[in-house]
Amino acid sequence: MRQIFTLAALVTREALRTRFFVVIVMLLLIGFGLSLFVGQVTLIETQATQSGLLAAFLRLGAVYVVSLFVITSMVHEFQDRSIYLWLSLPMQRSTYVFGKLSGFALVALITAVLFGAALLGDVPYQQVGLWILSLLCELLIITTLSLLCVLTFHQTIQAFSVVVGFYILARSISAMQLMAQGPLNISQSWIDQLINIFINLLAMLLPNLERFTQSEWLVYHTGHFDNLLEIVVQTVIYLILLVAMSLFDLYRKNL
Amino acid sequence: MTEQQRSIQSVPKTVKFLLILGLVLQMAWYYYLPPPDAEIQALSSPPKQELLRIFSLGDPIVSAKILMLWLQAFDNQSGQFLSYQQINYTTLQQWLEQILLLDPQSQYPLLAASHLYSSVKEKNKQRQILEFVYQQFFIDPSHRWPWLAHVTVLAKHQLKDLPLALKYAEAIATYATPEMPRWAQEMQIFILEDMGELERARLVIGGMLASGKLIDPNEIKFLNDKLLTLEKSFSQEKEQKY
Repeated sequence: MRQIFTLAALVTREALRTRFFVVIVMLLLIGFGLSLFVGQVTLIETQATQSGLLAAFLRLGAVYVVSLFVITSMVHEFQDRSIYLWLSLPMQRSTYVFGKLSGFALVALITAVLFGAALLGDVPYQQVGLWILSLLCELLIITTLSLLCVLTFHQTIQAFSVVVGFYILARSISAMQLMAQGPLNISQSWIDQLINIFINLLAMLLPNLERFTQSEWLVYHTGHFDNLLEIVVQTVIYLILLVAMSLFDLYRKNL
Repeated sequence: MTEQQRSIQSVPKTVKFLLILGLVLQMAWYYYLPPPDAEIQALSSPPKQELLRIFSLGDPIVSAKILMLWLQAFDNQSGQFLSYQQINYTTLQQWLEQILLLDPQSQYPLLAASHLYSSVKEKNKQRQILEFVYQQFFIDPSHRWPWLAHVTVLAKHQLKDLPLALKYAEAIATYATPEMPRWAQEMQIFILEDMGELERARLVIGGMLASGKLIDPNEIKFLNDKLLTLEKSFSQEKEQKY
């Protein structure tokens, strides 16, 4: 357990050393600027538009910076060979993964709380709380996926491309499913059926991120505890899967 | 950890020259290029709802807000203001409809339709956008009635089309909800009066008073007074006829 804490503390110190939180503050400032600009051009629903756009900007920003932080940190670990040093110590490989993940999760938590706090001006705190917890769940999935991708590819471009592709797919898979099965799609050739099967298979394997961190909660205050329960269950299931995949990959590596 | 930087003198002269040359060339290129094209772009048809949802990345409300702001700013292109007459209202209507499908609770597209786009000088376009507000009202009458009430006034005073105004006012009264103010439901009385349909106006007021839904004594008094005035005018009209 102490080894896990040590690794987590080192990740947090790395975030401070690489000025990760300066980027977070800059994103917040850009978000506020965007929000002020939007406030100037809207005729009605100003607060709703401002909070909706600010939340969407911060969510995408959080996913972008946290994922890049995990990937660059781990790529650096491979390049300066410190991962070999860690694994040469009397420490299980699983401890290494959990230690790193705990540190990244802490960074994700701080990011989610800072971004959520920025929304408190216009939105009731209950809805903001729900949004923060949901964003944290989304970031945990992205963090674990980023770790898995780095362990698999060892390169920033490949790993980040996979994370971006995964995120876009996971956020739009429901719309794709509806489009493929919708009444407008009347053609039923074998290619269409194959595409349908493929989309359904993807939907089965991907977490439905469309239900996470919805702007509707902030704009129309419609979020409640049931939403969170569903999100937490999905996050736990997917984290188990991603951690298992990461461990499977790491244990098979001849490091 | 701060990195110590060497003096500028340590940078080779060729590098400094290239730096300045690059900057000058970039600025020269900017002036060489023709000024931004001020050609006005026509409003193209919106993509299908399914595609819009895919590009929304699971957040249709934010997409709706962004699209609405873009549409609102569409009449300002390359520093030129387009008149609403230059905009294709069929396409505009399609965009507003798609935005409402993405975010059905938003009132913004209907505000834009009833207050901004309805100010177009061309009567046909004005009628088209008023009809759009009328059609959209039936989807959510309890939230969308203010926009239909506004276009009722426009139909009456700007288009001077009393039958059209009556159609809108009757829709409000038919789909009235408890949270809707009484004045919105009573608009049809005044339109009927202006149309000279005194008998129908009397029937509407009589129906309202008989329904038992009115609680406010001032309102009951007002409607009773109105009923008396109408009856007086009606009997005067009859006397003149015979």
